[in-house]
Amino acid sequence: MSVETFKFRSRLRALTDGAVTALAILATVLVVAPLVAIFGYLVFKGTNSLSMAFFTHVPKPPGEVGGGMANAILGSGILLAVASAIGVPIGIGGGIYLAEFGRGTKLANAVRFTADVLNGVPSIVMGLAIYSLIVVPQKHFSALSGGVALGIMMIPTVCRTSEEMLLMVPHAVREAALGLGVPNWRSVLSITVKTASPGIITGCMLAFARVAGETAPLIFTALGNQFWSSSLNQPIAALPLQIYVYAISPYDDWHRLAWAGALVLIVLIVLAVSLVRFVTSRGVLKGAS
Amino acid sequence: MPEIRISEPQLPQNPASSEGQQPAGGNTAQVSEVRRFLLSRSNSAVVDGGFHWLMVLCALSIFGIVALIAWRLVVSSHLAWSKFGFGFFYKTFTDPDTHQSIFWDPVNARFSAVPFIFGTLVSSFLALLMAVPLAVGLAIFLTEMCPRALRGPLAFLTELLAAIPSVIYGLWAVFVLVPLMRGHVNPLLVKSLGWTGLFSDENPTGLGFLTAGVILAIMILPIISSLTREVMTAVPQSQREAVLALGATRWEMIRMGVLRNARIGIVGGIMLGLGRALGETMAVTMVIGNTPEVHRSLLSNGSSMAAVIANEFTEAVDDAHLSALIEIALALFVVTIIVNALARLLVWAVTRGAPSQAR
Repeated sequence: MSVETFKFRSRLRALTDGAVTALAILATVLVVAPLVAIFGYLVFKGTNSLSMAFFTHVPKPPGEVGGGMANAILGSGILLAVASAIGVPIGIGGGIYLAEFGRGTKLANAVRFTADVLNGVPSIVMGLAIYSLIVVPQKHFSALSGGVALGIMMIPTVCRTSEEMLLMVPHAVREAALGLGVPNWRSVLSITVKTASPGIITGCMLAFARVAGETAPLIFTALGNQFWSSSLNQPIAALPLQIYVYAISPYDDWHRLAWAGALVLIVLIVLAVSLVRFVTSRGVLKGAS
Repeated sequence: MPEIRISEPQLPQNPASSEGQQPAGGNTAQVSEVRRFLLSRSNSAVVDGGFHWLMVLCALSIFGIVALIAWRLVVSSHLAWSKFGFGFFYKTFTDPDTHQSIFWDPVNARFSAVPFIFGTLVSSFLALLMAVPLAVGLAIFLTEMCPRALRGPLAFLTELLAAIPSVIYGLWAVFVLVPLMRGHVNPLLVKSLGWTGLFSDENPTGLGFLTAGVILAIMILPIISSLTREVMTAVPQSQREAVLALGATRWEMIRMGVLRNARIGIVGGIMLGLGRALGETMAVTMVIGNTPEVHRSLLSNGSSMAAVIANEFTEAVDDAHLSALIEIALALFVVTIIVNALARLLVWAVTRGAPSQAR
């Protein structure tokens, strides 16, 4: 190889390197741009349309100006309470099994794998299954079925994050408890889970935030409702569902309400995610690990 | 420290002191105390066992859920299975009068999943086409090039992108993206690439496959990039150092030292993104146009498997219609399970054993 070609090659390599760096930066900018666009537009539209009436009034009939989403906020609260009552205990239980009892066993690996796969199953499929399981025998849409659908969707997330957090608890803590003669169940609940509880709670918040915005499974379980309803046996309104209905409606005032609802929803979710981020990065678990 | 009850602290002396020196009454008292102790031990064994099995039950419930979903979907779609068989997924109907093909005709109970499978595949493929280069670029930037101070905030921002509910993406798409596509992007595409036949200007609404693909791409970006980041961090540092020591530039180091080792995991991440795109419902429903047709043009209206379920299910009254929709859901379930399982296996193959830091 002559000196000339060597120099040429070196320059070419340096150029490629520079080009790739530029492309990577460009990609990053292109990813961040829609995020900023979505958030900016959402905050702009949302704050413009948000008012006290949004939190205190129920929706007006089509075409009339005004009204709010108070019933949808209450409905979302009820649905999420039912979902948490189902998803959190079962999810944490599964996490405890994976971290404390089943470490390294084939069953635990299978459970872990299935949980990950279940996490990827489309929410609309979950909703349809719950429809055929609860709504069809009951013969009417209900808040209960919506809550169950959301609760089932929480289980895999809660299970896997609880497991990860429990695995961070050092063995010495467990051994100390067992060495004092504490029965195993007590040591798990009062020592291990308690040590990992900040992490487990954030995991639950993460799952909560995820299902709080779910719309697809609610379409044919909770259905939505224009009026106040707090009965588990009746169709119930939910914030994401209401946003969807209002967004595809032809009324400008409903669009306004949809933006306000979206802002409320996103603030809730961003708060939850930031909390998770804060807890996991600042190491509330530092003492444990 | 929570309170810990230790049963019977004075126990060790008991066996020695009960050796016949005590009167009979005292002896029975001692025995009963020992018995109580033993009982409490065996009780804790019972409780322990029960607790163990309760936790196993919770873990097993995950299998139960998968089985329950599959069972309900199979049972409820029975009618469509018996009527259309496997042809549901590839056959279409021809109208006897006009000789045009019919895909979805609820009035005469003629159903075929072809346009929905087509719509799902086209929109997901478009989404991957746009999202994969960006996601991999972002991952490369974050793991290999980014100044440490920027890494945390950027990772957090992409995480936030993943946390936005799909209905909000849909809302944004309806009011911002669709007018943008209608007013600027689509005319440009028609003018410059219209000759390929992929972009024709029959549809002036701004809805359609391409718009759905764009919003899907934005939605699956975070998951692909976070998994790519994870597998790239799992590549041992010595690999990078070895390639750099041979005089490679940074890009050569990334290409030979990192991407080559992480490629299986990256493919896994892409498949996970594909799984997400296939099942995404709300945002797609809001922008794809919801017409059960097959078109060559990417700018035309269409529908997807998830979108047709969301759109028609509450309005369907006919049993055949309902069961056809549930059969589509069953197909979606099976496909996403397979795609996700493969993706997880690929990701595990790379990250197993390596400490995961990026998440």
